[in-house]
Amino acid sequence: MWARNLLFVGFLLGGSAALLGNLLPAKARPTHGHAPPPVAEYADTLNAVNLELRKQWAEQKLTPTTAAPDLAIARRLSLALTGTVPSLEEIRSFESRPAEQRIDNYLEGILQDRRFADYFAERLTRTFVGTEDGPFIVFRRRRFRSWISDELTKHRPYDEIVRELIASEGLWTDKPPTNFVTVTFDPEKKKVDAERLAARVARAFLGIRIDCAQCHDHPFQDWKQQDFHRLAAFFGQTHQGFTGIYDGDGEHELENRRTGEKTPVQPQVPFEPNLVPQDGTRRQKLAAWLTDARNPALARAMVNRVWALMFSRPLVDPVDDLGSVEKLPKVLTILADDFASHGYDLRRLIRLIAATEAFRRDSKSDGEITEAHEATWAAFPLTRLRPEQVIGGLLQAGSLPTITEESHIITRLTRYAGEKDFVERYGDPGEDEFDTRAGTIPQRLLLMNGVIVHDRIKEDFFNASSRIADLSPSDAKAVETAYLAVLTRRPTAEEQQHFEARLVGIQGDDRKRRMTDLYWTLLNSTEFSWNH
Amino acid sequence: MEPLINRRGFVKLASLAGAGWMTPLGAALAQDAERRREPAQSVIMLWLGGGASQLETFDPHAGAAIGGEVRAIDTSVRGIQLASTMPRTAEMMDSIAVVRSLVSKEGDHERGTSMVKNGYRPDPTAVYPSIGAIVCHELPRGNVEIPRHVSILPGRWPSRGGFLGDDYDAFRTGDPINPLPDVSAHVPRERDDSRARDLDVVERAFARGRRVQGTLHQETVRTARTMMRSEQLRAFDVSQEPLQLRRDYGETPFGRACLAARRLIEVGVRCVEVTLEGWDSHVDNHKLQSDSAAILDPAFAALVRDLRTRDLLKRTIVIVATEFGRTPRINPLGGRDHWPNGFSIALAGGGIRGGQVVGATDPEGTREPTNPVNVEDIHATVLTALGIDPAKENISPARRPIRLSSGRPVAALLS
Repeated sequence: MWARNLLFVGFLLGGSAALLGNLLPAKARPTHGHAPPPVAEYADTLNAVNLELRKQWAEQKLTPTTAAPDLAIARRLSLALTGTVPSLEEIRSFESRPAEQRIDNYLEGILQDRRFADYFAERLTRTFVGTEDGPFIVFRRRRFRSWISDELTKHRPYDEIVRELIASEGLWTDKPPTNFVTVTFDPEKKKVDAERLAARVARAFLGIRIDCAQCHDHPFQDWKQQDFHRLAAFFGQTHQGFTGIYDGDGEHELENRRTGEKTPVQPQVPFEPNLVPQDGTRRQKLAAWLTDARNPALARAMVNRVWALMFSRPLVDPVDDLGSVEKLPKVLTILADDFASHGYDLRRLIRLIAATEAFRRDSKSDGEITEAHEATWAAFPLTRLRPEQVIGGLLQAGSLPTITEESHIITRLTRYAGEKDFVERYGDPGEDEFDTRAGTIPQRLLLMNGVIVHDRIKEDFFNASSRIADLSPSDAKAVETAYLAVLTRRPTAEEQQHFEARLVGIQGDDRKRRMTDLYWTLLNSTEFSWNH
Repeated sequence: MEPLINRRGFVKLASLAGAGWMTPLGAALAQDAERRREPAQSVIMLWLGGGASQLETFDPHAGAAIGGEVRAIDTSVRGIQLASTMPRTAEMMDSIAVVRSLVSKEGDHERGTSMVKNGYRPDPTAVYPSIGAIVCHELPRGNVEIPRHVSILPGRWPSRGGFLGDDYDAFRTGDPINPLPDVSAHVPRERDDSRARDLDVVERAFARGRRVQGTLHQETVRTARTMMRSEQLRAFDVSQEPLQLRRDYGETPFGRACLAARRLIEVGVRCVEVTLEGWDSHVDNHKLQSDSAAILDPAFAALVRDLRTRDLLKRTIVIVATEFGRTPRINPLGGRDHWPNGFSIALAGGGIRGGQVVGATDPEGTREPTNPVNVEDIHATVLTALGIDPAKENISPARRPIRLSSGRPVAALLS
């Protein structure tokens, strides 16, 4: 028994020592030591994008905001790529590096981190199969998502992932990409739904919403009902059997809504038909056409989406409807050309976007910020964080060390269960994830009074608030550390003074309670729940 | 000694005294008054999650091959029978209209739920709002300090605001026997207020040089705090109701939730959804349906009676709906499977003409239902009863005009 107690005491002491290390900047350990590739590798594209941005600002006579503070950029990167705020541990490491390297190093560390693969995989899963639960048994969302995560970890190029999604044969369990098809399986008709697949391909990979052409010609674009059904016909020979998804025979049929008469439709792509190969199954042909580097649609759709994931707002809105080719923003086409001509490398695309002047703008200005500023990326847009980002931020802010996949099993379990419940109660925006929306009352109630929030900020040995109260060498440091942990910035003079006054002369449990209050206040601010 | 007036005498006397309500002219006048009646103001939707069987509830075919083990019983309206699982509801039949010929094209739980709650087939181009969200969007807020769209015992897919915005999502809460979640602070009031005041300091720092108006964050915090302190929150607390009434509703989570729904309507809440799960009877249909109906029946009947007693029924529409019905054919496991081609929905109050049945299903279970009613037509009917024009259009985020309902009101249902 005494041995176990001793072990426990040892654990506590060790924990405190590690914590002190984290609180004191000089002793931070470098957690992100990955050297980024030299900027020169993508300098031409970056310059072209920046030139284009500056041209727009000049044309509209807009003064862009100044450069955002480094920590603000770290927060954006962390939220976009791992769905959480930087940990205090990461902030210390970040600040210990030379100013000119820290952002690139930090980004590189994230891109090699499993947290990035997992979080991005969840976001892409929504794009590929939506948010419905799908048909029971034949659809395995988690299996699908972890497959994407594995492929991202392996640096699998995006075009290869797409080919697998569209053309794979086999069982949804041991060939996870087939879930892209099985999610549309209709248990009543015992068939995969070619029309839903066509709609999904159009939205996710072509950046076109031609769903409405399912029943009639597109009202304001050049899409005919025939185009839609010809696309669907690529899935007309896809079936489900004992061996899972396979290609056989059959024809997709177009049903006349008035007469009920059915006519078979032959597969045909909506443009660039010369890029369709002669050989292969219909799905293989479609996949080859989509991922041919001479077909710009796939890269454009993905650039718009990755931009949206980085800024929480797409270049062209809505994210899956790019509209007419002539009106595409040049920033999008420049990035898309780079993406397609450099092996559909997602990490390169992310590095590029993160390096643009748009991503580095501040969200505030001494002058006025107008809608035009936000529309042209002359100021970083304010957008509401997704529920996963809010809970991720809350859990991370409540803990001083970084919560990672390798963290203690208990931390991971709490994270998983807590996260699911929180996301559900906070309100999951589903597939419409880049709509501009204001916050809701249940969200505020949850953040103000939710048990999950209370548990993370109450007086407790393991909570960051209590540890900061106990271990900070001064009131000033305590306030500063709380601000860094929750809002990833230092307090203003007014804030510093206001909250220091709350701590003066307060010791012991009372001090922890004051710290709990400060945490509550910071977590309930606009700043915490919004990207900026 | 003979009574001064016996029953027959009373009738005679009444007609002599001009009991106009019994004559054709009186009936016509009454109908005219009804036509000019105030539109309904609130909706209570009792949601039967999983797919309730029409055959074991509102549309029995006792004796037929498809009828199963259920009996049919008489109701307070001559010529209308319900399944024997619904004895209390049968007593209230004069206030209830049953549509037995509802048809939909969605046979999957999630898609079917979406169809019936929103009145549109789910499609990825727009997230359609539920009828409760539309009603809240169309009708004024009044003096309501608590959410106007509430889902008690939410199922897997509670009513949502869709493209109208998350702030039209139903506010979700559990069994009213428990306190409402997240409306009380974890610290004493004084400390909670002090925390909230400190928030101003942080908000000021963030707002400097930023366009924060669009976030509505601070307004939402204020509204949420008003709600936390509102007297109207008591409407969720059914323990204040007399014991007998609570028993009438049934001492089940669903019964209590229905009672809470009435209390919410009383303080001005627009739409309350109450879910009863447990209807997905692929196996052992008779038992599952009977057990679930035993919870539904007293609660629904008590709700209609209670609203009527309090004179609230005429401004409240009660709907009993489900995502689809169950197959006429009983499968080898004694279950019934999904069946969207002819199932039942019940409506009461708020300008709905009770005591009638619309449409009929085939006793053989093979032919299409007669006088079929589309799901969207029910939406159009309910909106019309609320004084809302179903043809009015909203613009979706993809800039597509979308009618509040694409259906047409069912004239027979409207009084």
